[in-house]
Amino acid sequence: MEPIRKHTGIVYPMNRANVDTDQIIPKQFLKRISRQGFGEFVFYNWRYDSKGELREDFPMNQPKYEGTSILVAGENFGCGSSREHAPWALLDYGFRVIIAPSYADIFYNNCTKNGILPVQLSEKQIQELMERAEAENYELTVDLESKRIFDNQGFEASFDLDEYKRQMLLNGWDDISITLGYEEDITKYEEQRS
Amino acid sequence: MRKPKTVIEKIWERHIVKEEAGKPDLLYIDLHLVHEVTSPQAFEGLRINNRKVRRPDLTFATMDHNVPTIHRNIIKDQVSKTQMETLKKNCEEFNIPLADIHHPDQGIVHVIGPELGLTQPGKTIVCGDSHTSTHGAFGALAFGIGTSEVEHVLATQTIWQQKPKTLNVKVNGTLGTGVTAKDLILAIIAKFGVKFGTGYVIEYTGEAIRNLSMEGRMTICNMSIEAGARAGLISPDNTTVEFLRGKRHVPQGEAFDKIAEDWLSLATDEGATYDAQVEIDADEIEPQVTWGTNPGMCLPVSANVPTPADGDNENESTEIAHALDYMGLNGGEAITSIEIEHVFIGSCTNSRLADLRKAASIIKGNKVKDGVRAIVVPGSFTVKRQAEEEGIDIIFKEAGFEWRDAGCSMCLAMNDDVVPEGERCASTSNRNFEGRQGTGARTHLVSPEMAAAAAIHGHFVDVRNLEVVTPS
Ligand code: SF4
Repeated sequence: MEPIRKHTGIVYPMNRANVDTDQIIPKQFLKRISRQGFGEFVFYNWRYDSKGELREDFPMNQPKYEGTSILVAGENFGCGSSREHAPWALLDYGFRVIIAPSYADIFYNNCTKNGILPVQLSEKQIQELMERAEAENYELTVDLESKRIFDNQGFEASFDLDEYKRQMLLNGWDDISITLGYEEDITKYEEQRS
Repeated sequence: MRKPKTVIEKIWERHIVKEEAGKPDLLYIDLHLVHEVTSPQAFEGLRINNRKVRRPDLTFATMDHNVPTIHRNIIKDQVSKTQMETLKKNCEEFNIPLADIHHPDQGIVHVIGPELGLTQPGKTIVCGDSHTSTHGAFGALAFGIGTSEVEHVLATQTIWQQKPKTLNVKVNGTLGTGVTAKDLILAIIAKFGVKFGTGYVIEYTGEAIRNLSMEGRMTICNMSIEAGARAGLISPDNTTVEFLRGKRHVPQGEAFDKIAEDWLSLATDEGATYDAQVEIDADEIEPQVTWGTNPGMCLPVSANVPTPADGDNENESTEIAHALDYMGLNGGEAITSIEIEHVFIGSCTNSRLADLRKAASIIKGNKVKDGVRAIVVPGSFTVKRQAEEEGIDIIFKEAGFEWRDAGCSMCLAMNDDVVPEGERCASTSNRNFEGRQGTGARTHLVSPEMAAAAAIHGHFVDVRNLEVVTPS
């Protein structure tokens, strides 16, 4: 996966709690057998009308948010189905960073396996970001090395991330190759048990 | 004296392959279940990197999510067909046992694991599916994983996991007549919210849990993920042991008694402590019906649908308004006044023989209300065969239900079983998210008994009053 160290991008505010993975990518798109090409279907039922046309009244479709790469959302983001198609779709659409007060566990993990940085901030900080991003074309910088988020108007926050996950993201590591380095331990474990 | 431990800690400790400071633990996986939707990219990853499956003998695959449940041989959707063929090819290439669409063991992955005795106490079980928590009913540590993790487990038979916090959900008292495991888990989620379990593994304890059958326990553990918990489990006891006795993949004879002893020793020790605990009283629980667009938006059948004014704060009011709008409800109406057009009895939550028996006992001698389309989708071919031996299929068919082949079906509507836009379904599944049963479809989650009663009446009724309502 692509490493992520420092990222600057336009913020898209999704002011909703409990956004589930069925919303992020509806099931009719889960039938593909590759990892690519899910971006155009992200939030499909909100972004498209029943005829399959882009809905102009859905903010994400407006020019203001073109090229957005930082998603700010409400609590319990990514709940529901374990489908990794959800982070694939977000990534393919262009999102590299998600900021929310809390996440569902499986989704959170899936993000870190795909080079998406899930940042946890307080409700209050999120509200502030939401308001700014709703009002204007709003840019944020997220620095994973120093675990800080800031804009050029005085907003600044620090965040926490499990050190192991941070290293994986910073270096873009594939954890299977890391684990295969423990092959002896695995074999030993198997022998002990049988 | 040894420190008392929970079943969760005991299973965890048995599976640590490597423990290092500042890192998650490397855990060994005893059983990896695979299905067609979340595996193709994982196998592709193995091929690209020239890796093999470490333990095909600990891996088991089936097709369930997008199989047709009628006219099995005609798969109109080419993309679904490709996905199923891809799984077949992958299983052949990597030597993985597969119960494919025509296999007598085929069924929903979380129904067949226990049925075949693959699911056993003390095992670590993963699957690329969030309802893997179902297997926790047996005192196994079972959780859903993403496709990257599927690939990781295929290649290494291990997974990196941070040791979870433990949460005791204690259910005191006894469930009343007509109140089921489904009502209990819905009531738990309604009371504590859709994320109270996030970051935890839940252990369900207490008198009401002990009294549940294995089917009921599976229904409870199944929906742990709807409370945010990746895994939920129940300490093994004699009910667990007796359910597994004689199953195909468990040891037989003396060897069974020996392993059963070990299983029972895994139960949480007296005096063990948890990181958190909540309690609920089973006696107070009524049959439940969800009214909104997440499983926590749920009320007793005797209640009225909320209005935005019932929200505790602005956010909650907006959420209620949003959900009412999607669900086509005004707010304030009685749950029992909500009319439905569809009934779905099935899914990994409620499609086992015990569920079908209970629904059939309500259907017997009655007819599905005009204008209602009702389908029963058994969780596996085995369930279907057993039900047919008992004549349960006849009861459903005579009442006007469609009797289908096994699969996920209308739980997520990836095949042709879809609820049309704007129409309403009483469903025994586990998710009432927007669009889950079809774009614009409106889902109300209920128990099999409540779904059966709704099929007869065309609207929700309290199953506890049923004798009064229907001449039998
Ligand atoms: S029945 Fe529904 S919830 Fe269960 S595995 Fe199938 S799609 Fe998932």
